[in-house]
Amino acid sequence: MMDFLSTLISGLSLGSIYALIALGYTMVYGIAKMLNFAHGDVIMVGAFAVITSVSMLGLSPVLSILISIVCCVVLGVSIERIAYKPLRKSPPLAVLITAIGVSYFLQSLALLIFGSTQHSFPKIINMPAIELGELTIRGNMLITLVITTAIMAGMSIFINKSKTGKAMRAVSEDRDAAELMGISVNRTITITFAIGSALAAVAGLFYGTTYGFIGPYTGSMPGIKAFVAAVFGGIGSMPGAMLGGILLGVIENLSKRYISTELSDAIVFAVLIIVLMVKPTGLLGKKINEKV
Amino acid sequence: MLKVDDIHVYYGQIHAIKGVSFEVHEGEIVALIGANGAGKSTILKTVSGLLRPKSGSISFLGENIHHTEAYKLVNRGLAHVPEGRRIFLQMTVRENLDMGAFTRKDDSEKDIDDVFRRFPRLKEREKQIAGTLSGGEQQMLAMGRAMMSKPKLLMLDEPSMGLAPILVEQIFDIVREFHAMGTTILLVEQNAGKALAVADRAYVLEQGRITLSGTGEELASSDAVKKAYLGG
Ligand SMILES: Nc1ncnc2c1ncn2[C@@H]1O[C@H](COP(=O)(O)OP(=O)(O)O)[C@@H](O)[C@H]1O
Ligand SMILES: [Mg+2]
Repeated sequence: MMDFLSTLISGLSLGSIYALIALGYTMVYGIAKMLNFAHGDVIMVGAFAVITSVSMLGLSPVLSILISIVCCVVLGVSIERIAYKPLRKSPPLAVLITAIGVSYFLQSLALLIFGSTQHSFPKIINMPAIELGELTIRGNMLITLVITTAIMAGMSIFINKSKTGKAMRAVSEDRDAAELMGISVNRTITITFAIGSALAAVAGLFYGTTYGFIGPYTGSMPGIKAFVAAVFGGIGSMPGAMLGGILLGVIENLSKRYISTELSDAIVFAVLIIVLMVKPTGLLGKKINEKV
Repeated sequence: MLKVDDIHVYYGQIHAIKGVSFEVHEGEIVALIGANGAGKSTILKTVSGLLRPKSGSISFLGENIHHTEAYKLVNRGLAHVPEGRRIFLQMTVRENLDMGAFTRKDDSEKDIDDVFRRFPRLKEREKQIAGTLSGGEQQMLAMGRAMMSKPKLLMLDEPSMGLAPILVEQIFDIVREFHAMGTTILLVEQNAGKALAVADRAYVLEQGRITLSGTGEELASSDAVKKAYLGG
Protein backbone atom coordinates (compact mmCIF):
# COMPACT_ATOMS: atom_id res chain seq x y z
CA MET A 1 0.00 0.00 0.00
CA MET A 2 2.77 2.41 0.97
CA ASP A 3 4.62 1.35 -2.11
CA PHE A 4 1.59 2.11 -4.24
CA LEU A 5 1.13 5.52 -2.58
CA SER A 6 4.72 6.54 -3.07
CA THR A 7 4.64 5.40 -6.72
CA LEU A 8 1.46 7.42 -7.14
CA ILE A 9 3.04 10.52 -5.61
CA SER A 10 6.15 10.35 -7.75
CA GLY A 11 3.83 9.80 -10.74
CA LEU A 12 1.89 12.91 -9.81
CA SER A 13 5.11 14.85 -9.51
CA LEU A 14 6.38 13.66 -12.90
CA GLY A 15 2.94 14.22 -14.38
CA SER A 16 2.81 17.77 -13.15
CA ILE A 17 6.05 18.43 -15.03
CA TYR A 18 4.50 16.97 -18.18
CA ALA A 19 1.46 19.13 -17.50
CA LEU A 20 3.55 22.32 -17.46
CA ILE A 21 5.11 21.41 -20.78
CA ALA A 22 1.77 20.30 -22.22
CA LEU A 23 0.25 23.65 -21.23
CA GLY A 24 2.77 25.41 -23.44
CA TYR A 25 2.07 23.01 -26.29
CA THR A 26 -1.66 23.36 -26.06
CA MET A 27 -1.67 27.16 -25.68
CA VAL A 28 0.52 27.61 -28.73
CA TYR A 29 -1.63 25.14 -30.64
CA GLY A 30 -4.85 26.86 -29.59
CA ILE A 31 -3.71 30.39 -30.33
CA ALA A 32 -1.05 30.19 -33.03
CA LYS A 33 -2.65 27.08 -34.60
CA MET A 34 0.62 25.21 -34.87
CA LEU A 35 2.43 22.30 -33.27
CA ASN A 36 5.62 23.73 -31.88
CA PHE A 37 7.81 20.63 -31.92
CA ALA A 38 10.75 22.71 -30.71
CA HIS A 39 8.95 23.23 -27.40
CA GLY A 40 10.67 20.27 -25.73
CA ASP A 41 14.09 21.63 -26.64
CA VAL A 42 13.30 24.91 -24.92
CA ILE A 43 13.18 22.84 -21.72
CA MET A 44 16.69 21.57 -22.43
CA VAL A 45 17.92 25.12 -23.03
CA GLY A 46 16.33 26.23 -19.75
CA ALA A 47 18.00 23.40 -17.89
CA PHE A 48 21.38 24.24 -19.44
CA ALA A 49 20.87 27.87 -18.44
CA VAL A 50 20.54 26.73 -14.83
CA ILE A 51 23.60 24.48 -15.11
CA THR A 52 25.65 27.30 -16.62
CA SER A 53 24.52 29.88 -14.06
CA VAL A 54 24.95 27.69 -10.99
CA SER A 55 27.81 25.31 -11.84
CA MET A 56 29.91 27.49 -14.14
CA LEU A 57 29.18 31.05 -13.03
CA GLY A 58 28.47 30.26 -9.41
CA LEU A 59 25.32 32.34 -9.23
CA SER A 60 22.65 31.87 -6.60
CA PRO A 61 19.83 29.39 -7.29
CA VAL A 62 17.13 32.08 -7.36
CA LEU A 63 19.07 34.24 -9.78
CA SER A 64 19.84 31.21 -11.92
CA ILE A 65 16.19 30.25 -12.13
CA LEU A 66 15.31 33.80 -13.18
CA ILE A 67 18.05 33.78 -15.81
CA SER A 68 16.76 30.46 -17.11
CA ILE A 69 13.22 31.82 -17.40
CA VAL A 70 14.42 34.96 -19.18
CA CYS A 71 16.57 32.89 -21.58
CA CYS A 72 13.64 30.65 -22.46
CA VAL A 73 11.23 33.54 -22.94
CA VAL A 74 13.66 35.37 -25.22
CA LEU A 75 14.35 32.12 -27.08
CA GLY A 76 10.66 31.23 -27.48
CA VAL A 77 9.68 34.69 -28.67
CA SER A 78 12.66 34.81 -31.07
CA ILE A 79 11.81 31.41 -32.53
CA GLU A 80 8.29 32.64 -33.20
CA ARG A 81 9.46 35.91 -34.76
CA ILE A 82 12.19 34.46 -36.91
CA ALA A 83 10.93 31.02 -37.86
CA TYR A 84 7.14 30.92 -37.54
CA LYS A 85 5.81 34.42 -38.09
CA PRO A 86 6.91 34.62 -41.74
CA LEU A 87 4.91 31.41 -42.28
CA ARG A 88 1.70 32.72 -40.72
CA LYS A 89 -0.20 32.21 -43.98
CA SER A 90 1.66 29.10 -45.18
CA PRO A 91 0.27 25.55 -45.23
CA PRO A 92 0.44 23.77 -41.83
CA LEU A 93 2.91 21.23 -43.19
CA ALA A 94 5.48 23.96 -43.93
CA VAL A 95 5.15 25.23 -40.37
CA LEU A 96 5.44 21.72 -38.94
CA ILE A 97 8.62 21.01 -40.88
CA THR A 98 10.04 24.35 -39.78
CA ALA A 99 9.30 23.48 -36.15
CA ILE A 100 11.12 20.17 -36.51
CA GLY A 101 14.00 22.10 -38.09
CA VAL A 102 14.11 24.51 -35.16
CA SER A 103 14.16 21.53 -32.80
CA TYR A 104 17.21 20.01 -34.56
CA PHE A 105 18.84 23.42 -34.65
CA LEU A 106 18.55 23.85 -30.88
CA GLN A 107 19.84 20.31 -30.25
CA SER A 108 22.82 20.86 -32.54
CA LEU A 109 23.57 24.20 -30.94
CA ALA A 110 23.57 22.59 -27.50
CA LEU A 111 25.76 19.78 -28.82
CA LEU A 112 28.23 22.36 -30.12
CA ILE A 113 28.34 24.34 -26.90
CA PHE A 114 28.03 21.64 -24.24
CA GLY A 115 29.22 18.52 -26.07
CA SER A 116 27.45 15.17 -26.15
CA THR A 117 28.14 14.21 -22.52
CA GLN A 118 25.45 14.40 -19.88
CA HIS A 119 25.92 17.29 -17.47
CA SER A 120 24.88 16.83 -13.89
CA PHE A 121 22.13 19.13 -12.79
CA PRO A 122 22.96 21.17 -9.65
CA LYS A 123 21.01 20.32 -6.52
CA ILE A 124 19.36 23.66 -6.04
CA ILE A 125 16.14 22.43 -4.50
CA ASN A 126 17.13 21.46 -0.98
CA MET A 127 14.13 20.30 0.88
CA PRO A 128 14.22 17.44 3.36
CA ALA A 129 12.00 14.45 2.76
CA ILE A 130 8.74 14.37 4.63
CA GLU A 131 7.74 11.34 6.67
CA LEU A 132 4.07 10.57 7.01
CA GLY A 133 4.06 7.41 9.09
CA GLU A 134 5.64 4.82 6.81
CA LEU A 135 5.32 7.01 3.75
CA THR A 136 8.32 9.08 2.71
CA ILE A 137 7.82 11.90 0.24
CA ARG A 138 10.98 13.26 -1.32
CA GLY A 139 11.41 17.00 -0.85
CA ASN A 140 11.91 17.88 -4.51
CA MET A 141 8.73 16.01 -5.43
CA LEU A 142 6.75 17.95 -2.88
CA ILE A 143 8.15 21.25 -4.14
CA THR A 144 7.46 20.23 -7.75
CA LEU A 145 3.88 19.35 -6.88
CA VAL A 146 3.21 22.49 -4.87
CA ILE A 147 4.73 24.90 -7.36
CA THR A 148 3.26 23.32 -10.48
CA THR A 149 -0.17 23.21 -8.84
CA ALA A 150 0.14 26.89 -7.97
CA ILE A 151 1.25 27.72 -11.52
CA MET A 152 -1.62 25.78 -13.03
CA ALA A 153 -4.13 27.49 -10.75
CA GLY A 154 -2.61 30.85 -11.63
CA MET A 155 -2.78 30.06 -15.34
CA SER A 156 -6.45 29.09 -15.07
CA ILE A 157 -7.29 32.36 -13.36
CA PHE A 158 -5.21 34.30 -15.86
CA ILE A 159 -6.83 32.76 -18.92
CA ASN A 160 -10.37 33.00 -17.57
CA LYS A 161 -10.34 36.34 -15.81
CA SER A 162 -7.63 38.65 -17.11
CA LYS A 163 -8.11 40.91 -20.10
CA THR A 164 -5.08 39.38 -21.85
CA GLY A 165 -6.31 35.87 -21.06
CA LYS A 166 -9.70 36.61 -22.58
CA ALA A 167 -8.03 38.12 -25.63
CA MET A 168 -6.03 34.89 -25.99
CA ARG A 169 -9.23 32.88 -25.96
CA ALA A 170 -10.78 35.24 -28.49
CA VAL A 171 -7.79 34.90 -30.84
CA SER A 172 -7.84 31.14 -30.40
CA GLU A 173 -11.48 30.99 -31.42
CA ASP A 174 -11.59 33.49 -34.30
CA ARG A 175 -8.53 35.44 -35.36
CA ASP A 176 -10.26 37.90 -37.67
CA ALA A 177 -13.07 38.60 -35.24
CA ALA A 178 -10.50 39.22 -32.50
CA GLU A 179 -8.63 41.63 -34.73
CA LEU A 180 -11.92 43.46 -35.34
CA MET A 181 -12.22 43.92 -31.57
CA GLY A 182 -8.93 45.81 -31.60
CA ILE A 183 -6.87 42.85 -30.37
CA SER A 184 -3.45 42.55 -32.00
CA VAL A 185 -3.19 38.91 -33.07
CA ASN A 186 0.59 39.19 -33.48
CA ARG A 187 1.05 40.57 -30.00
CA THR A 188 -1.22 37.89 -28.53
CA ILE A 189 0.79 35.15 -30.23
CA THR A 190 4.02 36.67 -28.89
CA ILE A 191 2.59 36.67 -25.37
CA THR A 192 1.54 33.04 -25.79
CA PHE A 193 5.04 31.97 -26.80
CA ALA A 194 6.50 33.97 -23.91
CA ILE A 195 4.23 32.27 -21.37
CA GLY A 196 4.70 28.80 -22.88
CA SER A 197 8.48 29.23 -22.80
CA ALA A 198 8.48 30.47 -19.21
CA LEU A 199 6.52 27.36 -18.25
CA ALA A 200 9.06 25.28 -20.18
CA ALA A 201 11.89 26.86 -18.15
CA VAL A 202 10.18 25.89 -14.90
CA ALA A 203 9.56 22.41 -16.28
CA GLY A 204 13.25 22.21 -17.22
CA LEU A 205 14.21 23.05 -13.67
CA PHE A 206 12.03 20.32 -12.19
CA TYR A 207 12.95 17.82 -14.88
CA GLY A 208 16.65 18.42 -14.22
CA THR A 209 16.09 18.09 -10.50
CA THR A 210 14.14 14.85 -10.93
CA TYR A 211 16.58 13.11 -13.30
CA GLY A 212 19.83 14.77 -12.27
CA PHE A 213 21.39 14.85 -15.74
CA ILE A 214 20.91 17.00 -18.84
CA GLY A 215 22.20 16.49 -22.38
CA PRO A 216 21.46 18.08 -25.77
CA TYR A 217 18.66 15.58 -26.49
CA THR A 218 17.11 15.67 -23.02
CA GLY A 219 14.21 17.81 -24.17
CA SER A 220 12.89 15.57 -26.88
CA MET A 221 11.37 12.77 -24.77
CA PRO A 222 9.48 14.99 -22.27
CA GLY A 223 8.53 17.11 -25.30
CA ILE A 224 6.95 14.16 -27.05
CA LYS A 225 5.29 12.94 -23.85
CA ALA A 226 3.88 16.39 -23.19
CA PHE A 227 2.57 16.51 -26.73
CA VAL A 228 0.92 13.15 -26.13
CA ALA A 229 -0.47 14.50 -22.86
CA ALA A 230 -1.91 17.53 -24.66
CA VAL A 231 -3.59 15.32 -27.27
CA PHE A 232 -4.71 12.92 -24.53
CA GLY A 233 -6.44 15.75 -22.66
CA GLY A 234 -7.78 17.38 -25.84
CA ILE A 235 -5.37 19.58 -27.74
CA GLY A 236 -6.18 23.27 -27.38
CA SER A 237 -7.80 22.72 -23.98
CA MET A 238 -5.82 24.00 -21.00
CA PRO A 239 -7.57 21.91 -18.34
CA GLY A 240 -7.12 19.01 -20.76
CA ALA A 241 -3.37 19.56 -20.91
CA MET A 242 -3.12 19.62 -17.12
CA LEU A 243 -5.23 16.49 -16.70
CA GLY A 244 -3.50 14.73 -19.59
CA GLY A 245 -0.03 15.53 -18.22
CA ILE A 246 -0.81 14.33 -14.73
CA LEU A 247 -2.52 11.13 -15.90
CA LEU A 248 0.39 10.42 -18.20
CA GLY A 249 2.91 10.75 -15.37
CA VAL A 250 0.85 8.53 -13.08
CA ILE A 251 0.28 5.85 -15.74
CA GLU A 252 3.95 5.91 -16.67
CA ASN A 253 5.12 5.49 -13.08
CA LEU A 254 2.58 2.84 -12.18
CA SER A 255 3.41 0.77 -15.24
CA LYS A 256 7.14 1.17 -14.58
CA ARG A 257 6.67 -0.06 -11.05
CA TYR A 258 4.13 -2.82 -11.53
CA ILE A 259 4.37 -3.96 -15.14
CA SER A 260 7.66 -3.28 -16.84
CA THR A 261 10.18 -0.48 -17.04
CA GLU A 262 10.89 -1.24 -20.68
CA LEU A 263 7.26 -1.33 -21.65
CA SER A 264 6.12 1.76 -19.73
CA ASP A 265 6.34 4.12 -22.71
CA ALA A 266 4.54 1.62 -24.92
CA ILE A 267 1.79 1.35 -22.31
CA VAL A 268 1.47 5.13 -22.16
CA PHE A 269 1.03 5.32 -25.93
CA ALA A 270 -1.38 2.39 -25.92
CA VAL A 271 -3.58 4.20 -23.39
CA LEU A 272 -3.49 7.28 -25.60
CA ILE A 273 -4.58 5.30 -28.64
CA ILE A 274 -7.45 3.69 -26.73
CA VAL A 275 -8.64 7.06 -25.40
CA LEU A 276 -8.51 8.59 -28.86
CA MET A 277 -10.45 5.68 -30.33
CA VAL A 278 -13.21 6.19 -27.80
CA LYS A 279 -13.07 9.98 -27.79
CA PRO A 280 -11.21 11.40 -30.80
CA THR A 281 -11.13 14.94 -29.37
CA GLY A 282 -9.28 13.78 -26.23
CA LEU A 283 -10.58 13.68 -22.66
CA LEU A 284 -11.63 17.32 -22.37
CA GLY A 285 -11.48 18.27 -26.04
CA LYS A 286 -14.34 20.48 -27.09
CA LYS A 287 -16.85 19.51 -29.66
CA ILE A 288 -17.33 22.53 -31.85
CA ASN A 289 -20.90 23.61 -31.20
CA GLU A 290 -21.64 25.92 -34.04
CA LYS A 291 -25.07 27.30 -34.44
CA VAL A 292 -26.19 29.14 -37.52
CA MET B 1 -15.85 60.38 -43.23
CA LEU B 2 -14.97 57.32 -45.34
CA LYS B 3 -13.62 57.70 -48.84
CA VAL B 4 -12.82 54.64 -50.92
CA ASP B 5 -11.02 55.51 -54.13
CA ASP B 6 -10.59 53.08 -57.03
CA ILE B 7 -9.63 50.02 -55.01
CA HIS B 8 -8.72 46.70 -56.58
CA VAL B 9 -8.74 43.62 -54.35
CA TYR B 10 -7.52 40.15 -55.24
CA TYR B 11 -7.76 36.71 -53.69
CA GLY B 12 -4.65 35.20 -55.23
CA GLN B 13 -5.45 35.29 -58.94
CA ILE B 14 -9.12 36.12 -58.45
CA HIS B 15 -9.82 39.77 -59.14
CA ALA B 16 -12.73 40.30 -56.72
CA ILE B 17 -13.01 44.11 -56.61
CA LYS B 18 -12.34 45.94 -59.85
CA GLY B 19 -11.95 49.63 -59.22
CA VAL B 20 -14.58 50.54 -56.64
CA SER B 21 -15.03 54.09 -55.35
CA PHE B 22 -17.60 55.38 -52.90
CA GLU B 23 -18.02 57.70 -49.97
CA VAL B 24 -19.81 57.71 -46.65
CA HIS B 25 -20.46 61.10 -45.07
CA GLU B 26 -20.84 61.69 -41.38
CA GLY B 27 -24.37 61.06 -40.16
CA GLU B 28 -25.46 58.99 -43.15
CA ILE B 29 -26.78 55.49 -43.54
CA VAL B 30 -25.24 54.19 -46.76
CA ALA B 31 -26.27 50.85 -48.20
CA LEU B 32 -24.23 48.61 -50.45
CA ILE B 33 -26.46 46.12 -52.20
CA GLY B 34 -25.70 43.37 -54.66
CA ALA B 35 -26.16 39.68 -55.37
CA ASN B 36 -24.29 36.92 -53.63
CA GLY B 37 -20.64 36.97 -54.72
CA ALA B 38 -20.72 40.58 -55.96
CA GLY B 39 -17.93 41.55 -53.59
CA LYS B 40 -19.77 43.30 -50.74
CA SER B 41 -18.03 41.47 -47.91
CA THR B 42 -14.68 41.85 -49.62
CA ILE B 43 -15.14 45.63 -49.65
CA LEU B 44 -15.96 45.75 -45.93
CA LYS B 45 -13.00 43.51 -45.07
CA THR B 46 -10.73 45.75 -47.10
CA VAL B 47 -11.99 48.87 -45.35
CA SER B 48 -11.53 47.33 -41.90
CA GLY B 49 -8.00 46.18 -42.76
CA LEU B 50 -8.51 42.40 -42.86
CA LEU B 51 -7.65 42.50 -46.57
CA ARG B 52 -5.30 44.83 -48.45
CA PRO B 53 -6.18 46.51 -51.74
CA LYS B 54 -3.65 45.92 -54.51
CA SER B 55 -4.15 49.49 -55.62
CA GLY B 56 -6.34 52.46 -54.78
CA SER B 57 -6.75 54.26 -51.49
CA ILE B 58 -9.05 54.32 -48.50
CA SER B 59 -9.25 57.25 -46.14
CA PHE B 60 -11.14 57.39 -42.87
CA LEU B 61 -11.60 60.67 -40.98
CA GLY B 62 -9.06 62.27 -43.30
CA GLU B 63 -6.29 59.71 -42.84
CA ASN B 64 -5.16 57.03 -45.25
CA ILE B 65 -5.89 53.64 -43.70
CA HIS B 66 -5.23 51.13 -46.48
CA HIS B 67 -1.89 50.17 -44.91
CA THR B 68 -3.17 50.24 -41.32
CA GLU B 69 -3.54 46.96 -39.44
CA ALA B 70 -7.13 46.06 -38.64
CA TYR B 71 -6.77 46.15 -34.87
CA LYS B 72 -5.53 49.73 -34.91
CA LEU B 73 -8.67 51.01 -36.63
CA VAL B 74 -10.99 50.09 -33.78
CA ASN B 75 -9.49 52.82 -31.61
CA ARG B 76 -9.99 55.32 -34.39
CA GLY B 77 -13.73 54.73 -34.45
CA LEU B 78 -14.30 51.99 -37.00
CA ALA B 79 -16.39 48.94 -36.11
CA HIS B 80 -17.18 46.01 -38.42
CA VAL B 81 -19.81 43.37 -37.72
CA PRO B 82 -18.72 40.66 -40.13
CA GLU B 83 -20.92 38.37 -42.17
CA GLY B 84 -22.13 35.44 -40.10
CA ARG B 85 -21.81 37.48 -36.85
CA ARG B 86 -18.57 35.85 -35.77
CA ILE B 87 -19.26 36.17 -32.08
CA PHE B 88 -16.99 34.14 -29.81
CA LEU B 89 -19.15 31.04 -29.43
CA GLN B 90 -17.14 29.54 -26.58
CA MET B 91 -17.10 32.71 -24.52
CA THR B 92 -19.98 34.01 -22.43
CA VAL B 93 -22.31 36.78 -23.57
CA ARG B 94 -20.69 39.10 -21.07
CA GLU B 95 -17.17 38.19 -22.21
CA ASN B 96 -18.14 38.91 -25.80
CA LEU B 97 -19.19 42.40 -24.77
CA ASP B 98 -15.96 42.81 -22.81
CA MET B 99 -14.05 41.95 -25.99
CA GLY B 100 -16.01 44.65 -27.79
CA ALA B 101 -14.66 47.11 -25.23
CA PHE B 102 -11.12 45.72 -25.50
CA THR B 103 -9.47 48.94 -26.69
CA ARG B 104 -11.21 51.18 -24.19
CA LYS B 105 -9.28 52.62 -21.30
CA ASP B 106 -12.32 54.08 -19.53
CA ASP B 107 -14.99 52.16 -17.63
CA SER B 108 -17.33 50.33 -19.99
CA GLU B 109 -19.79 49.14 -17.33
CA LYS B 110 -22.39 51.76 -18.20
CA ASP B 111 -22.32 50.84 -21.87
CA ILE B 112 -22.69 47.16 -21.05
CA ASP B 113 -25.77 48.12 -19.05
CA ASP B 114 -27.01 50.07 -22.08
CA VAL B 115 -26.61 47.03 -24.32
CA PHE B 116 -28.45 44.90 -21.77
CA ARG B 117 -31.24 47.48 -21.54
CA ARG B 118 -31.61 47.45 -25.31
CA PHE B 119 -31.40 43.66 -25.51
CA PRO B 120 -33.00 42.23 -22.36
CA ARG B 121 -32.65 38.71 -23.79
CA LEU B 122 -28.88 39.12 -23.62
CA LYS B 123 -29.05 40.24 -20.00
CA GLU B 124 -30.91 37.04 -19.11
CA ARG B 125 -28.14 35.08 -20.80
CA GLU B 126 -25.22 37.15 -19.54
CA LYS B 127 -23.27 34.20 -18.14
CA GLN B 128 -24.29 31.74 -20.83
CA ILE B 129 -21.88 30.56 -23.53
CA ALA B 130 -22.67 32.54 -26.68
CA GLY B 131 -22.83 29.34 -28.76
CA THR B 132 -26.11 28.50 -27.01
CA LEU B 133 -27.87 31.66 -28.27
CA SER B 134 -30.37 31.60 -31.12
CA GLY B 135 -29.45 33.19 -34.46
CA GLY B 136 -31.31 36.40 -33.71
CA GLU B 137 -29.74 36.69 -30.25
CA GLN B 138 -26.32 36.11 -31.76
CA GLN B 139 -26.86 38.92 -34.25
CA MET B 140 -27.93 41.24 -31.44
CA LEU B 141 -24.86 40.26 -29.45
CA ALA B 142 -22.65 40.94 -32.47
CA MET B 143 -24.19 44.39 -32.90
CA GLY B 144 -24.07 45.17 -29.19
CA ARG B 145 -20.47 44.02 -29.07
CA ALA B 146 -19.53 46.32 -31.95
CA MET B 147 -21.19 49.26 -30.22
CA MET B 148 -19.04 48.71 -27.12
CA SER B 149 -16.11 50.39 -28.86
CA LYS B 150 -18.28 53.52 -29.39
CA PRO B 151 -17.65 53.59 -33.14
CA LYS B 152 -18.06 56.62 -35.32
CA LEU B 153 -18.62 54.39 -38.34
CA LEU B 154 -20.39 51.06 -37.94
CA MET B 155 -20.18 48.61 -40.85
CA LEU B 156 -22.76 45.84 -40.87
CA ASP B 157 -22.42 42.86 -43.20
CA GLU B 158 -25.81 41.27 -43.90
CA PRO B 159 -27.19 41.62 -40.39
CA SER B 160 -30.55 40.17 -41.44
CA MET B 161 -29.13 37.05 -43.05
CA GLY B 162 -30.92 33.86 -42.11
CA LEU B 163 -33.33 35.51 -39.67
CA ALA B 164 -37.13 35.18 -39.47
CA PRO B 165 -39.07 38.20 -40.85
CA ILE B 166 -40.01 39.52 -37.42
CA LEU B 167 -36.35 39.50 -36.38
CA VAL B 168 -35.35 41.20 -39.63
CA GLU B 169 -37.71 44.05 -38.67
CA GLN B 170 -36.07 44.24 -35.26
CA ILE B 171 -32.58 44.33 -36.74
CA PHE B 172 -33.49 47.25 -39.01
CA ASP B 173 -35.09 49.05 -36.05
CA ILE B 174 -31.81 48.67 -34.19
CA VAL B 175 -29.90 50.05 -37.18
CA ARG B 176 -32.16 53.14 -37.07
CA GLU B 177 -31.64 53.45 -33.32
CA PHE B 178 -27.85 53.28 -33.59
CA HIS B 179 -28.07 55.89 -36.32
CA ALA B 180 -30.26 58.13 -34.16
CA MET B 181 -27.56 57.92 -31.47
CA GLY B 182 -25.17 59.58 -33.89
CA THR B 183 -23.45 56.57 -35.44
CA THR B 184 -22.74 56.70 -39.16
CA ILE B 185 -23.64 53.41 -40.82
CA LEU B 186 -22.42 51.46 -43.83
CA LEU B 187 -24.88 48.64 -44.40
CA VAL B 188 -24.29 45.67 -46.69
CA GLU B 189 -27.42 43.74 -47.58
CA GLN B 190 -28.90 41.25 -49.99
CA ASN B 191 -32.29 42.29 -48.66
CA ALA B 192 -32.35 45.28 -51.00
CA GLY B 193 -35.89 46.45 -50.25
CA LYS B 194 -35.28 46.85 -46.54
CA ALA B 195 -31.82 48.30 -47.01
CA LEU B 196 -32.96 50.94 -49.52
CA ALA B 197 -35.83 51.92 -47.23
CA VAL B 198 -33.50 52.77 -44.37
CA ALA B 199 -30.57 54.18 -46.39
CA ASP B 200 -29.92 57.83 -47.22
CA ARG B 201 -27.83 56.77 -50.17
CA ALA B 202 -26.97 53.47 -51.75
CA TYR B 203 -24.64 51.80 -54.22
CA VAL B 204 -25.33 48.76 -56.34
CA LEU B 205 -22.43 46.36 -56.73
CA GLU B 206 -22.20 43.84 -59.55
CA GLN B 207 -19.27 41.51 -60.08
CA GLY B 208 -16.81 43.73 -58.28
CA ARG B 209 -17.94 47.02 -59.84
CA ILE B 210 -20.36 49.71 -58.77
CA THR B 211 -23.01 49.96 -61.46
CA LEU B 212 -25.54 52.33 -59.90
CA SER B 213 -25.72 54.86 -57.12
CA GLY B 214 -28.24 57.34 -55.78
CA THR B 215 -30.50 58.04 -52.85
CA GLY B 216 -32.33 55.11 -51.33
CA GLU B 217 -35.60 56.25 -52.89
CA GLU B 218 -34.11 56.76 -56.33
CA LEU B 219 -32.68 53.29 -56.41
CA ALA B 220 -35.78 51.72 -54.94
CA SER B 221 -37.81 53.15 -57.82
CA SER B 222 -35.24 52.47 -60.55
CA ASP B 223 -36.34 49.84 -63.04
CA ALA B 224 -32.96 48.14 -63.13
CA VAL B 225 -32.91 47.70 -59.36
CA LYS B 226 -36.54 46.62 -59.22
CA LYS B 227 -35.90 43.98 -61.82
CA ALA B 228 -32.69 42.62 -60.38
CA TYR B 229 -33.13 42.94 -56.63
CA LEU B 230 -36.72 43.69 -55.70
CA GLY B 231 -38.36 40.84 -57.57
CA GLY B 232 -39.88 42.83 -60.44
N1 LIG C 1 -11.39 33.71 -49.27
C1 LIG C 1 -11.65 33.79 -50.59
N2 LIG C 1 -10.83 33.18 -51.48
C2 LIG C 1 -11.08 33.26 -52.80
N3 LIG C 1 -12.11 33.90 -53.34
C3 LIG C 1 -12.96 34.53 -52.52
C4 LIG C 1 -12.79 34.49 -51.10
N4 LIG C 1 -13.78 35.20 -50.52
C5 LIG C 1 -14.54 35.65 -51.53
N5 LIG C 1 -14.06 35.24 -52.73
C6 LIG C 1 -14.63 35.56 -54.05
O1 LIG C 1 -14.71 36.96 -54.19
C7 LIG C 1 -15.94 37.33 -54.77
C8 LIG C 1 -16.66 38.30 -53.85
O2 LIG C 1 -17.04 37.62 -52.66
P1 LIG C 1 -17.76 38.35 -51.44
O3 LIG C 1 -17.07 39.61 -51.16
O4 LIG C 1 -17.86 37.37 -50.33
O5 LIG C 1 -19.20 38.63 -52.05
P2 LIG C 1 -20.54 39.06 -51.32
O6 LIG C 1 -20.23 39.44 -49.93
O7 LIG C 1 -21.07 40.19 -52.14
O8 LIG C 1 -21.45 37.85 -51.40
C9 LIG C 1 -16.71 36.05 -55.05
O9 LIG C 1 -16.51 35.72 -56.39
C10 LIG C 1 -16.06 35.05 -54.14
O10 LIG C 1 -16.13 33.77 -54.71
MG1 LIG D 1 -20.93 38.62 -48.25
